Amino acid sequence: MDKGEMLTLYHEMVLVRRLEEKAAELYQQGKIGGFLHLYIGQEAVGSGVISCRRPEDRVITAYRDHGIAISCGMSADVVMAELLGKTTGCSKGKGGSMHLADVNLNFWGGHAIVGAHLPLAVGLALADKYQGSEAATICLFGDGATNIGYFHESLNLSMVWKLPVLWICENNQYGMGTAVERASAVSEIRRKAEGYGMPNARVDGMDILQVRAATEEALKHVRKDGPFLLEAVTYRFLGHSMGDPERYRESDEVQKWKDDDPIGIFRKYLIENDLYDEATLDAEDQKVEQEILQAVDFAERSPDPEPQALFEDIYIEELP
Amino acid sequence: MTVMTMRQAISQALWEEMEQDERVFIMGEEVGLWGGTYAVTKGFYDHFGPERVRDTPIAEGVIVGAANGAAMAGLRPVAELMTINFAFLAMDQIVNHSAKLRSMFGGQFTIPVVIRAVGGGGRQLGATHSQTPDVVFAHFPGLKVVAPGTPSDAKGLLKAAIRTDDPVMFIEHATLYQTRGEVPDEEYLEPIGVSKVQRQGNDVTIVTYSKMLQVSLLAADQLAQDGVEVEIVDLRSLRPLDMDPVMESFRRTNRCVIVEEGWSSYGVGAEVAARLYEEAFDYADAPIRRVAQKEVPLPYNRELEQLALPQVDDVIRAVKEVL
Ligand SMILES: Cc1ncc(C[n+]2csc(CCOP(=O)(O)OP(=O)(O)O)c2C)c(N)n1
Ligand SMILES: [Mg+2]
Repeated sequence: MDKGEMLTLYHEMVLVRRLEEKAAELYQQGKIGGFLHLYIGQEAVGSGVISCRRPEDRVITAYRDHGIAISCGMSADVVMAELLGKTTGCSKGKGGSMHLADVNLNFWGGHAIVGAHLPLAVGLALADKYQGSEAATICLFGDGATNIGYFHESLNLSMVWKLPVLWICENNQYGMGTAVERASAVSEIRRKAEGYGMPNARVDGMDILQVRAATEEALKHVRKDGPFLLEAVTYRFLGHSMGDPERYRESDEVQKWKDDDPIGIFRKYLIENDLYDEATLDAEDQKVEQEILQAVDFAERSPDPEPQALFEDIYIEELP
Repeated sequence: MTVMTMRQAISQALWEEMEQDERVFIMGEEVGLWGGTYAVTKGFYDHFGPERVRDTPIAEGVIVGAANGAAMAGLRPVAELMTINFAFLAMDQIVNHSAKLRSMFGGQFTIPVVIRAVGGGGRQLGATHSQTPDVVFAHFPGLKVVAPGTPSDAKGLLKAAIRTDDPVMFIEHATLYQTRGEVPDEEYLEPIGVSKVQRQGNDVTIVTYSKMLQVSLLAADQLAQDGVEVEIVDLRSLRPLDMDPVMESFRRTNRCVIVEEGWSSYGVGAEVAARLYEEAFDYADAPIRRVAQKEVPLPYNRELEQLALPQVDDVIRAVKEVL
């Protein structure tokens, strides 16, 4: 990765962080409704993994999807517009926070049913292999999702058919309020791959450079030999979604992880290795502030869907 | 009588049944430490302990499946699905097992399981998280399907559901938890499979249940100001379906509107109207009308979602059409 790419990645992580902070604010103001799951704390995983993909590689994830969308190249404007339910949102205001997607960016969506997108990833990869494409499918999911049948069915089939899927488990220690060890028989998630004879690895998900190194290795394997499970150990700094009373964890624990802020770690690396100085990075932070302001402005000025939109995009042709 | 919310009423029913019967236990996602995502089981974990208030992994198939198994072996599980939308991941257990294990084995097994699930739209949760698929479950012989619309019914019906030896799908509505109503202070049960007249009138019969009972009551208040007296029959159970109060009312009013939150195709309105036409065709003075959700997956955008859901005005309009 050259120096310029590093700055781009730094910019992206800060953008995701500020976008989430702004989304929380707009939620409090009642401008965003429904469920809102923020990605704060996990930025190094999404940015790190997706920075290793080729344009033809597909990405699919769960409902905690704003950061993934940004990493796939969606603009903050379009993300914000979807959060506000506007026609200019990627899903025309019909999907909301949990359902961002842009086929043109090879981003196949945020999906709200836990585990349900893993079989979809199997199918995406199957289509690529079937059609002789070299593309890989990158599928991200939470620790909680590894306890549902979908996960096991999908890992198994991807292995039996040697499909090019990179399975990324974002182990943020909790599925809602349930700690990994209270729900999963093995707390080192990557070991679940062993039952399917699938190669696997575990990486520090707070350090974007380690995430990138592990992803590059894993993708090499995926392109040549089939599926691989990479577990990224991370943490969500905020509640599961807005309004989570967080009774299931101690604030000391949260603070301990916050000391390992993925953006802080990367920033420190850039400065200590004389790649960029404080002033340059601060200027980058400032640019992000502007982008966010503009995104909110764009979203707020965008039109709401017309009533007729209710009946659009359900079937190929509108039915009576 | 004490005025309380639907949430409190449901919580009390669970609490009382657990106090009375050691075999009753709760299992589901976030029911314990978290206290239930809708705070229905708040305080249960501390009081009854982790053996009887069991947090499960996110795995709906085994939540319902293990509840079926435990029920076969003599326990009385209350399996909680975080929302009814996730019941689709447990559909095989509900449909092929809860509903059939008894008859398929010649009555050898009893399945005293309660599956609690909350559904309903109106909270901008998007297409997969906003459904009201109650009739899907009511389709299957072998299941009982209960969906209360008031706190006192919720409490009495849930207690009855826990005590019956048949599998019961107990469907709550996410936007009713704050609804308040009077609840008797003494112990009581409400019978499953008995409809109830919730408002008396002689001009039009409204047949409804769950959240749409509250919407229909609001519509009835407004119609009364125009001199129209609506009778409201609350089905409370979709299976078994008690048509007696509906028939009695329809024979008097000769006009009927059926109000449900789900889609109308193959729905509650279709079922009730068919039975009315089959058994009381001669009493109809106007075509029976159905009020239901527009036939679309619910969108996230607030205005669009509200447009798709049945509103008080839709009920008023339908009543005026049959007058
Ligand atoms: C099948 C299903 N069951 C339950 C839920 C409710 N739910 C949404 S997110 C979640 C926790 C998922 O945890 P994890 O997979 O670790 O992802 P994280 O939220 O930590 O990113 C649950 C239980 C759901 N959406 N789908
Ligand atoms: Mg998690």
